[in-house]
Amino acid sequence: MRYIEPHGHMVSRTTDDYQAMAIAGCQAVSEPAFWAGFDRSSVQGFYDYFCQLTQHEPRRAAMFGLPHYTWLCINPKESEDLKLADEVLSIILEFMDCPNVLGIGEIGLNKNSRNEMLVLEKHIDLAASNDQLILVHTPHLEDKRKGTQLILDVLKSDSRIRPERCIIDHVEEHTVGMVLDDGFWAGMTLYPETKCTSNRAIDILELYGNERIWMNSACDWGISVPLAVPRAAQEMKRRGCNSRQIDKVIYQNPIEFMSQSPRFNTPEGL
Amino acid sequence: MTDQKKILDLYFLDARARLIDIAAFMDRVDRADGGDDFRYDAFRAALKALESEKQDRARKVLLAFSDPTEEPIPVATTKAACGAWPGVENA
Repeated sequence: MRYIEPHGHMVSRTTDDYQAMAIAGCQAVSEPAFWAGFDRSSVQGFYDYFCQLTQHEPRRAAMFGLPHYTWLCINPKESEDLKLADEVLSIILEFMDCPNVLGIGEIGLNKNSRNEMLVLEKHIDLAASNDQLILVHTPHLEDKRKGTQLILDVLKSDSRIRPERCIIDHVEEHTVGMVLDDGFWAGMTLYPETKCTSNRAIDILELYGNERIWMNSACDWGISVPLAVPRAAQEMKRRGCNSRQIDKVIYQNPIEFMSQSPRFNTPEGL
Repeated sequence: MTDQKKILDLYFLDARARLIDIAAFMDRVDRADGGDDFRYDAFRAALKALESEKQDRARKVLLAFSDPTEEPIPVATTKAACGAWPGVENA
């Protein structure tokens, strides 16, 4: 089995996790910028974090033979502070040309507030102005339906945005249809308690097909499973999917999307 | 189309265990002290989606817990989601 982990917060994980992923068949990891679990006190905290994502973490992943890619932003959980958000946005350009940066992400909404919307629009403008891919975080639990619709409306209102260059992550049964119908990519996050279980993700694949969709673990500092993708692949096999179908979802699709960035190096043997 | 017996063979015992867990959870809540809670109200409303004959029960359950409004809120006063929409007055 071979797979790509298209959404893993590896700064929160141990080297044991890297090793287990590599042994399970992982060929590359992609790490969006996110909330650290606590609020950073200044833009300098973000500067250090972006250095970690573009310099230190690729070296750590390389110890296990894994190419490491990343995405930059201020997470919507920290977007209520507009002054801090503007300061962070102003330093992203400095990192945008780093060799492992694929785009802007994970941007989006958390509680669907007006300030979060303003910062989302600024991120979208930054991505569009610099021809960057976009990786979108959709809100949690009760806020997801409304937030996903608001995000799609903002993206569709910008004529520079091409839906095939945006992935809307953390979709579930009540949001996947609106995402795919509008031409965007959809990400399914496999979590033990929230978001999607493996079984539900496979149900969604059965209902919506294997195009423009991927699965990720979004492993981070919370309850999450770094091997969620290969475990889901095992469940796909139990469900009756053949190896070609599995490879399409967990390997070829992430490559198809991320290859739209010139910085993504397609693994050998595709 | 997957064979129904195969699906039941794969998932019946797991779903049975989860259903008993839900029943036990509701018994646990009901025998505990306390008043109304919007989360439990939403939970009971979501259960009604299971009675649907259509094959979109998961979507309906998710919608039962969702904020049905369309406009952004004025300001985020918390980062966390609790799993059920508390209503306009408590949002």
